[in-house]
Amino acid sequence: MAAAGAGRREGHQSGCMNEILAGLLEAGRLILTFDADLIEISLRSLQVTLTAVAVSSAIGLPLGCWLAVRRFRFRRFVIATLNALMGLPPVVVGLIVYLLLSRAGPFGVFGLLFTPTAMIIAQVIILTPLIASIAHQAIRELWAQYHDLLISLNTTRWQRIATLLWDGRRALLTASLAGFGRGIGEVGAIMIVGGNIDHATRVLTTAISLETGKGNFSLALALGFVLIGLAVLVNLLIHTLSRTEVSGRW
Amino acid sequence: MVISILPLNVTDAVVRRRGKTLLGPVTTTVSDSGLSIVMGPNGAGKTTLLRLLHGMERVSGGGSLEWQIPEQDARALQAFVFQSPIMMRRTALDNVAYPLMTHGVSKKDARSRAAEWLERVGLADSAQKQATVLSGGERQKLALARALIRKPEILFLDEPCANLDGRATREFEALLLQAFKEGTRVVMSTHDIGQARRLAEDVWFIHHGQILEQTPAAEFFASPKTSEARAFLKGDIVE
Repeated sequence: MAAAGAGRREGHQSGCMNEILAGLLEAGRLILTFDADLIEISLRSLQVTLTAVAVSSAIGLPLGCWLAVRRFRFRRFVIATLNALMGLPPVVVGLIVYLLLSRAGPFGVFGLLFTPTAMIIAQVIILTPLIASIAHQAIRELWAQYHDLLISLNTTRWQRIATLLWDGRRALLTASLAGFGRGIGEVGAIMIVGGNIDHATRVLTTAISLETGKGNFSLALALGFVLIGLAVLVNLLIHTLSRTEVSGRW
Repeated sequence: MVISILPLNVTDAVVRRRGKTLLGPVTTTVSDSGLSIVMGPNGAGKTTLLRLLHGMERVSGGGSLEWQIPEQDARALQAFVFQSPIMMRRTALDNVAYPLMTHGVSKKDARSRAAEWLERVGLADSAQKQATVLSGGERQKLALARALIRKPEILFLDEPCANLDGRATREFEALLLQAFKEGTRVVMSTHDIGQARRLAEDVWFIHHGQILEQTPAAEFFASPKTSEARAFLKGDIVE
């Protein structure tokens, strides 16, 4: 009995290993043959997340910086809220955006539901607090360092913010990349507002979810490896680019 | 003739923070020329006094600071060198050019004038280095160049040589004296009595947030009026 059980477990384990191996091989095959569907959904993943990161950074980086520089009555409260919003559950964000964009909702007339734009909107809501919060942490340290000098030099508030954004650009890049990391792997919100429609709103994460549901593990894994590869590639690319741009390190 | 921002009249200025009086009440006049050295034990209020004069500390209570021109305009004609120089995450050249760039000078002109200043303080070779990799002495010289580039009428220095060795201190003092000879009013704090003797035209002795003496240097070192100053000069611990 015990031996048979052990045998079954071994069989199960090797089956699992086979799945992963098959997934890797499938991933290799899909990439090497320039599989049209794979390229399409990968590009859509990138399009949605990169756009969302760009928009979120445009809002979140100056916001984080402004919160570091500006003193006002509810500052602590705003920062605490921002930090709490970092943990916003994507599914709930998806649900709310869904309700807002649905035909009966306030923004229904734009007909955005189940389009990449809807997915971008949902991701912007998820990513902005994260990016703003990390940016705020980074800029706060830099501001503590620069404070006396910038006050002494009689700079305007906007000059201070511009200086901090520029001199803190490395740290801010990290904030944006953290946003990218969260966005590219996110599935809950874009599944709800995008609907995972083939050739329209299907991205890597929603495709993985779908293939797993169908029991198509090797394809799901293959897409998973492509997703991981993509995330690593974008990070490496941006780090390389930013390093060649500025020599020296600080 | 452009109207000078000096003399500065200080009347009953008090600096309080969290209910604690750090300085004052101080009533004094900062004349339009000279090299004043602010001395006193740690915590006497040297830094607070310099920051107050520079407009970085709010005056509590009814006291006032009166420049000869409106305060907002006077701010542009002052500069401050901090005890530990604040290096921006930029090249040495851009650090020196920064005050010009934030005050309407084009990038190109600002950089060329910054290059002249780096030459003058002996840092021309380090122009393209990140300021954060410079040594302590180099940083303080850079900070001096950055402070002087907008040709301030008055320059405040808060123990600029506290972290420098002998050679760096000598170089720094030479640059400071040159700026003074070119007409910059200098107010500098130190607790190095030797440095005070080398540089001072007049000495402000501060203790417990009060200016106890404000006398010409020769007179101060020969016969200090207060017992605290006498003890301080003798090397006793003044509390």
